[in-house]
Amino acid sequence: MKAIRNLLDNIKPTFSNGGKLSFLHSAFDAFESFLFVPNTVTRKGVHVRDSIDLKRSMMLVIIALVPTIIFGMWNAGYQHNLSVGGTLDLWGMFWFGFLKVLPLILVSYVVGLGIEIAAAQIRGHEVNEGYFVSGILIPLIMPVDVPLWILALAVAFAVLVGKEVFGGTGMNIWNPALLARAFVFFAYPSKISGDTIWIAGLTKGEGVIDGFSGATALANAKAGTPVPSFYDMFMGFEPGSVGETSTLAILIGAALLLYTGIASWKIMFSTFAGGFLVALLLNALSPGPDSYMAMPAWNHMVMGGFAFGAVFMATDPVTGSQTEKGKWIYGFLIGAMAIIIRVFNPGYPEGMMLSILLLNTFAPLIDHYVVEANIKRRLKRVVINK
Amino acid sequence: MCIFAAKFFIIMSNHIRLRRGLNIPLKGNALNQITKTISSDILAVKPADFKSLNPKLLVKEGDAVKAGTPVMADKKNLEIVFCSPTSGIVTQIVRGEKRKLLEIRIQSDTKNEYRHIVTPNFRSASRKELIDTLLTSGLWPTIKQRPYGIIPNPEIEPKAIFISGFDSSPLAPDIDFALKAEYESVQIGIDILNMLTKGGIHLSLHAQNYVSSPFHKLEKVINHSFDGPHPVGNVGVQIHNIDPVNKGEIIWTVDLYSVAAIGKLFTKGIYDVRKLIAITGPRVKRPSYVECLPGMCMTDIKEYALTKGETMIEKMPIRYVSGNILTGDNVGPNGYLGFYHNQITLLSEGNYHEMFGWIKPIRHNKFSFSHSYFSWLSPKKRYSMDTNLNGGERAFVMTGVYEKVLPMDIYPMHLFKAILAEDIDKMEALGIYEIIEEDVALCEYVCPSKTDIQEIVSKGIELMIKEMS
Repeated sequence: MKAIRNLLDNIKPTFSNGGKLSFLHSAFDAFESFLFVPNTVTRKGVHVRDSIDLKRSMMLVIIALVPTIIFGMWNAGYQHNLSVGGTLDLWGMFWFGFLKVLPLILVSYVVGLGIEIAAAQIRGHEVNEGYFVSGILIPLIMPVDVPLWILALAVAFAVLVGKEVFGGTGMNIWNPALLARAFVFFAYPSKISGDTIWIAGLTKGEGVIDGFSGATALANAKAGTPVPSFYDMFMGFEPGSVGETSTLAILIGAALLLYTGIASWKIMFSTFAGGFLVALLLNALSPGPDSYMAMPAWNHMVMGGFAFGAVFMATDPVTGSQTEKGKWIYGFLIGAMAIIIRVFNPGYPEGMMLSILLLNTFAPLIDHYVVEANIKRRLKRVVINK
Repeated sequence: MCIFAAKFFIIMSNHIRLRRGLNIPLKGNALNQITKTISSDILAVKPADFKSLNPKLLVKEGDAVKAGTPVMADKKNLEIVFCSPTSGIVTQIVRGEKRKLLEIRIQSDTKNEYRHIVTPNFRSASRKELIDTLLTSGLWPTIKQRPYGIIPNPEIEPKAIFISGFDSSPLAPDIDFALKAEYESVQIGIDILNMLTKGGIHLSLHAQNYVSSPFHKLEKVINHSFDGPHPVGNVGVQIHNIDPVNKGEIIWTVDLYSVAAIGKLFTKGIYDVRKLIAITGPRVKRPSYVECLPGMCMTDIKEYALTKGETMIEKMPIRYVSGNILTGDNVGPNGYLGFYHNQITLLSEGNYHEMFGWIKPIRHNKFSFSHSYFSWLSPKKRYSMDTNLNGGERAFVMTGVYEKVLPMDIYPMHLFKAILAEDIDKMEALGIYEIIEEDVALCEYVCPSKTDIQEIVSKGIELMIKEMS
C-alpha cells in the first residue's frame, strides 16, 4: 500500500500541469482517486464533511446491479442451451453467458469512459463517476446478440449527445443509458426487435432445434400467444435484454438501494403503483379474455423491462424529478405510461424505455409546478400578515 | 414530578417539534466546569467578523485605548462603532491585499480600565435614547437583522426580536451553564430590547431542559419551546417556524450572551463583554469552559491542545476553529476568537490518503448521515472527526438530501441554483430572505458532491444587498 502511494507520488509531477504527460491529467486523477481517497481538506464553509461521496453512491448502484449481472450471464447461457437443445450444466451456461456479456461491458466502458476522460480533460474537471453506472446499465438493457460496433456507436451517441453537450454528469436531461438503447431502437431497429435477437446465436440459426421460438414474453403478449408463467417471469427464465429478465435479482438490488437510501423509494414505489393501477383499470375495461387489456396486472410487473426500469432507470436522480412531491407524480406517470404504451402501441412491445424518456423530459415541468406552489404559499403569507 | 411539570410547561408555551436535521456526533463535548480565566496579552478586533462591513479605522498604532473605546466604525453609518474589548495600547494594524483592514491588535495592560458610558435610566428612557446608548457603547453590532444576518440600520424599527435560548450546533456551549450567573443582566437586557420593538421578544428554549433552564422564568418575553436535532437551535429556523420573514420585513436577532452584555451596560455603564466560552473538539485535552474576552488569542489556550495523540489521525496537525465545525473560522494556532463566537473547536487536519476508503464497507471512525456506512447502527458513538473532504467536488447529482437536514418549507436545491444563476426574482420567491449561511451549513455537511453551499448563499446575500439597496 505504501509502495503504491510512493509510486503515485513519484509519477504525479509528470501528469501535473507542465509535466510531459499533462494531457493525461484527468485520467491520472481518476485513477489515483480510485485507489486512494484524496488528501484534500476543507478550505471554507464547514470544517468536517460527511463520509459519503459520489463515488461511494455510484459504486453502491453497481453493487446493487451485481445480482442482475450474474443472473443475466447465466440466463444468456441457459437460453442458448435451450435453443440448441444442448447439455450444458450450471457452470457451463454461466461461462457461455459470461463470454457473451463480458465483451458488451468492456466495449461500453472503454468507449464511454474514453469520451468522459477526454471531456473532463478539455473542461479541466475531475472525471465524474456517473458513467460507471451508465456503463454497466447499457449492456444490461441490450439484447445479448447486439453487434459490438452498434453498441459502441450507441454508447458514443449517449455520452456525447446525451450528456456532454449539456455539460456532463449532473446536467443531462435524459437518462444516458436509455438514450443508448433508444439510439439502437431508432437507428438499427432490426437489431433490437423481433424474435431472434434475444438469444445468443439464434439470429445465425446454427443448430437451433426445430420450432424453437426466441420471442420475449412481451412479444407473445402482443401477438396474443401465451406468455411464460408468472413464476418463470419473476425468476427470469425467459428471453429478453441481458439484465431485465429476473425480477427477483432486480428486487435484491432494489433492497440494497432502498436500504442505503441511494435511490428514492418514492419513485420506485409510485412507478410500480402507477403501472399496477393502470393495468388493473385496463383489466376492468377489457372487452374479452383474449385482449391484451386482460393481461393480469401482476404479470405486467414482471414482464419485460418494467421492474428494471422502475428500480434502476426511473430513480436516476439527475434526470428524474428533484422535488419530493414531484417524485410521487413522476414515478406514477412512468408506470402508467409504460403500461399504456405496451398495450395500445402497435409498433413496439416494450413501453418502459419510451415512458421513462418521456417523463425525463417532463420532470422539470413537474418540479416547476411543485416549486410554484411553494412560491405561492410564501406570497400568500405576506397578504395575510398585511 | 419534574417530568409532569415539564409537560405542563410545554403545553402552556408554544411547542414546536422539528424532525429534520442532524446532530453530528463529534467527540469532545465540554464538561460544565470553568478551568481557566484568561487575561490575554494581545487581543484583536477583526472587521471580517462582521458580514459585509466596510470598516473605517478610528485609531492608529500607539494609541492608548480603554475597554469600550471605539477602534473602528461602519463607513456606511459612522454611528455604528466597534470597540476594544480591553484596555491597553494599539500595537499593530494588520492589512492584507489592497490595504484591506484585517486586524486591529491591542496589547492589553493588566489594569482593565473601562471607558465610562453615560447611560439613561432604562425604565424611563425613550426608544431613541436607548438606541443611541447602544450605538455609542459599541454593543449595537451584537444585534443582527434578518434578512441577510447583517448589523441592522438603527433607523428602522423591527417587526419583532428573536432570541434563541440554546445552541444546538456540534459541541455547542451549554448556555444555561455559561450564563448561570448572568440571569439578572439578561432580564434587564430583555427589558431594554422590549422597548425597541412593538412586536415583542420571542425566546425559544429547548423542550428537554425547558424547566431546568433558568431562562424560562424571564419576563416580558413570548416563550416558545423547540424539540429536535440541529439546526433547531438556529434562530433562523425558529423564526421560520414561528413567524417567517416576508419581503420588506425586518427582524432582529440577538444571542443571550449579548443580551447579558446589554444588561450590564445599562446597570454598570461599561462595555463588559467578558464571557464563558467552551473549548471543545476531539483534539482538546480537557474540554471545558474558560472565561475570556472576544478577540483573545489562540495561544492563550494552547495548553488545551492534545498535541500527541494515539492514532494516526490524532497525530496530524491541529486546526483551530473559532466557533463550531459548521460555521466557525479556521484562524490558525495564532489567530483570534471571533466577535460572535462562544466556542473554540480543535480538530485534526485530515491531510492523508486512504486506500480504497471510498468503497470499504466498514471504515472505523467514519461517520455518515447516509446508510451507506454502518455508523447509524451505533447512535451513541462519538467520532474523532477530521477535516478531510472525504471525496472530490462534483456537480449536483443526488437529490432529496438537503431537505432532510433543513426543517424549513424551502426548496434548497432550487434556491441554490437560483443563486448560482443570479436570478434575483427567483431567489426572492424561493426564500433567500429566510436563510443565512448557518441555516444551510448542514446541507453543506451532508452534500455528497462536496458543494460549498454556505459560500453560494453568501454570494446570494451579497447580491441581494447590492441589488436591493
